[in-house]
Amino acid sequence: MSELYELTAWELAGLLKEKKVGSVEITNAVLKRIEEVEDRVNAYVTVTPDSALEQAREADRRLAAGEAGPLTGIPIAVKDNMCFKGRKTTCGSRILANFVPPYDAAVVELLRKEGMVILGSANMDEFAMGSSTETSHWGPTHNPWNLEATPGGSSGGSAAAVAACEAIVALGSDTGGSIRLPASYCGVTGMKPTYGAVSRYGLVAYASSLDQIGPFGRDAKDLALLLNVICGHDPRDSTSVPREVPDFTTFLDKPVKGMTLGMPKEFFSKLDNPDVERCIGEAKSVMESMGISFVELSLPHLDYGIAAYYIIAPSEASSNLARYDGVKYGHRAEGFTSMIDMYCKTRAEGFGPEVKRRIMLGTYALSSGYYDAYYLKAAKVRSLITQDFRKAFETCDAVFCPTSPTPPFKIGEKIDDPIQMYLTDVFTIPVNMAGLPGIALPGGLSADGLPVGFQLIAPHFEEARLVQLAAAFQRETDHHLKRPPL
Amino acid sequence: MKITSEEVDYVAVLGRLTLEPEEKIKYQSQLDDILKYMEMLSEVDTDDVEPMAGPVELYTPLREDEVKPSLQVDEALANAPEREGSSFKVPKVIE
Amino acid sequence: MEYEPVIGLEVHAQLLTDSKAFCSCTTRFGAEPNANTCPICLGMPGVLPVLNRKALEFTVRMALACNCTINEMSRFARKNYYYPDLPKNYQISQYELPVATGGWVEIETSDGPKRIALTRIHMEEDAGKLIHDDQRPVSYVDLNRTGVPLIEIVSEPEITSPEEAAAYLRALRSMLVYLRICDGNMEEGSFRCDANVSLRPKGSTGLGVKTELKNMNSFRFVQKGLQYEIDRQNTALENGERIVQETRLFNSSTGVTASMRSKEQAHDYRYFPDPDLLPLRVAPELVEQIRGELPELPAEKRERFVRDLGIPGYDAGVLTADRDLAAYFEGTVELFPNPKAVSNWIMTEMMRKLKGEENGIAECPVSPQQLADLLKLIDDGTISGKMAKTVFEEMFATGQGPDVIIKEKGLVQVSDAGELLSIVNEILDKNPGEVSKYLGGKTQLMGFFVGQIMKATKGKANPAMVNQLLAEELKKRG
Repeated sequence: MSELYELTAWELAGLLKEKKVGSVEITNAVLKRIEEVEDRVNAYVTVTPDSALEQAREADRRLAAGEAGPLTGIPIAVKDNMCFKGRKTTCGSRILANFVPPYDAAVVELLRKEGMVILGSANMDEFAMGSSTETSHWGPTHNPWNLEATPGGSSGGSAAAVAACEAIVALGSDTGGSIRLPASYCGVTGMKPTYGAVSRYGLVAYASSLDQIGPFGRDAKDLALLLNVICGHDPRDSTSVPREVPDFTTFLDKPVKGMTLGMPKEFFSKLDNPDVERCIGEAKSVMESMGISFVELSLPHLDYGIAAYYIIAPSEASSNLARYDGVKYGHRAEGFTSMIDMYCKTRAEGFGPEVKRRIMLGTYALSSGYYDAYYLKAAKVRSLITQDFRKAFETCDAVFCPTSPTPPFKIGEKIDDPIQMYLTDVFTIPVNMAGLPGIALPGGLSADGLPVGFQLIAPHFEEARLVQLAAAFQRETDHHLKRPPL
Repeated sequence: MKITSEEVDYVAVLGRLTLEPEEKIKYQSQLDDILKYMEMLSEVDTDDVEPMAGPVELYTPLREDEVKPSLQVDEALANAPEREGSSFKVPKVIE
Repeated sequence: MEYEPVIGLEVHAQLLTDSKAFCSCTTRFGAEPNANTCPICLGMPGVLPVLNRKALEFTVRMALACNCTINEMSRFARKNYYYPDLPKNYQISQYELPVATGGWVEIETSDGPKRIALTRIHMEEDAGKLIHDDQRPVSYVDLNRTGVPLIEIVSEPEITSPEEAAAYLRALRSMLVYLRICDGNMEEGSFRCDANVSLRPKGSTGLGVKTELKNMNSFRFVQKGLQYEIDRQNTALENGERIVQETRLFNSSTGVTASMRSKEQAHDYRYFPDPDLLPLRVAPELVEQIRGELPELPAEKRERFVRDLGIPGYDAGVLTADRDLAAYFEGTVELFPNPKAVSNWIMTEMMRKLKGEENGIAECPVSPQQLADLLKLIDDGTISGKMAKTVFEEMFATGQGPDVIIKEKGLVQVSDAGELLSIVNEILDKNPGEVSKYLGGKTQLMGFFVGQIMKATKGKANPAMVNQLLAEELKKRG
């Protein structure tokens, strides 16, 4: 018999419904697991056991009263960039180390409404800028499969928490791959929904036109349940799209036979890692055996994704992060001589090197004389990338590709080489540029026993198709059932 | 160099960041590498391409002109590094 | 060389919406600092803006009144600069694609009417307020005003004198107030003006180096500031100096403009499309609906008053400068159809009384009905014009109608010929010496007799009848 913390959300929901177990019992099991492994993994910035148990008791009351939703009583970790009324929300940064929001993010409201048990805030790269969760002010998160490896980033804490069984499910955010990369590196399933599908209200902004909140879980079914909770229109977010949200669980058992997946040659020609090539090849064979066909296609502007992204995202970030100035909230330096000196010292002390680098880069790209050459050019290339995908979806149902060029890399390996770090996201960034939904799911282990994932990308608002494909794949495989030897 | 040391200084002031001399040298060289990488964008023919500001192809929604309660003053100021009465307090701003 | 000034004005007008531009906090003034703030206008991490429909409609109203082209699609952009009264350290504004472009405003000049062309009208959010401590090196930040909707009205550089600038501002202000979208209060900052000023050789068409003038918070200061700046540039150019492009602050106590020696480097606002807001669409149907609801504007009204009512141009201008005053005038004329008499009374007695009143005609205690009643009483001889002034004072002070006041004070004019005749003869009998002097040719003594009669009747005698009767009776004694 597995421990409670090893089960999926839907398995636990079944036990709760059958009254075989209570939410307090589940929550205690997970809190105990956190106590056991957290000092090795560092998946959390904050764990709030008292609050979690109180929510669990309330969940049990709702379950007893028959007022429960499908995920009532299930423990969840929330990335530290989603505002939490009355509890510190730091975005992995010193500049917000003591910030206590006076309001809840839209998704936090939705989790509360569902009666989920929020365990605490998951660690992340500072302001979600990073691909390894090493830039957090609270120290790096370690990959549960190998503590010397990174869990990927920027939602490394959320992915590691689910992989290490320190949470049943989790929420992350994805601006250039920040859900899909850590999902792949930690051997869990993670999805970035379509831009506009989940409210960004209360998500601390990194790059507003690219940021999107999404779920982590142990399998596609958990993702479907969590998508049902968080997707939907929010009038407080002007970029939230008003539309009918399907019940994603109804797509779990739909057949996939006869579907076509596209393989962008711009991606596959770059593969030079044997572990990734093997896992990708095996996943493709499995899906072919399920009656899915594959076509090669060309998305000619994918190669420019990283260059365009690292103009657009830092440009938006340079403006989004201007508000951290030591006036209204957050860190303020001491010993300044003037207003401008206070600003400059506060920000120099409050932000880490990667955040400063991106602020400088974005400021430069928007500055007088450079706007056309950088920001405007990148925004045009973004149009071309989006058009490429639109064209691709004329010949396939979804795009199939790796999530990352390599299995998880070592902590410290790329931290001083920004370009190498940026190239980690070569396969995930174009999805954000076009605002598409993408899912990352486990595809096996490397020779060193580290997880390797792959990615499926669907047209706008076709998250359900990704759930359908992922669920079908996971019926045929057991990669997602493997647990790290912690 | 794609970015001069003066430009690094200029950008640091615009972005309100104090940089130590060694940081300045490091950032200049890293930004230079990154900007060199971005030169590849000049290969792309973007004549007649509309720039894309975001993925949602709708128009901005409008809110009704209805007043809702503001925060309590103490909530608004709860995170203030320094306050005086119900105002945020900052070093003297000279115009 | 002789130079001529070229002036372009940027006017900011606060819109009279109930809630702020991008959040639901109240726009009301006078609250405790930071009492009207929420996570959104405080620029807290994670917050997002949603545009106020009313703010858009008000903007379109003004744009249509100024003959602008409404752009069906426009965009919000971020203007990035650090200032403690700007919590996000960027202002949501519009840059490349404003709501409205082109258009014009007609002003009256000494050479007749002139059209000042507009470049654009765009929407943006206001900043908060800083209060500087006199004793200590600190400032206090109040963000209550942060996020109040503004429109910025940008003129082409077509204004050629401080007087024209003032006329243009008055025209804009009265339009905004007419449209009920701004209270137009310059002192309180709900109507603000920055000016770009340059000089060029007279008769040439190019533009010289300009300076930007700020901090002129009354019509008088705008004129003074512009004149100072024009003179300063003139002297500089005559001395062979170059004009430096810079921002200068007008000091209202010294009347001088001085360069803002800000530590901040050259302004580099790094405008880019605000990714938190989608493109703004103003549907043609909405434009037509708002066009249909536009009131008659001051310029049209003035023309109609002159043309149809025979009011002199200057008076028509004063009457139409304020929508409420014009309505008051028209309301009175409806009840007393002598526009000139109504206009004369409003232009003199009414304006004198309203001078010190904060809220103008809106809070005038005398209703159009009461004023019309008063004018009727003069017209039918019940009271004299002079008495009417006393009655009006009383009406203004008490809010009572003229009938009540006249009755209470016994002010009805004595027009009974028999009664007056006996008083006239009584006075003449009492003053035989003056009568004989008068008859001897000292006709200026007429005034003395009138005075005596008025004294005897406590001013109630009908002056016209007194004059007539006196002349007749004196003649009889000759």
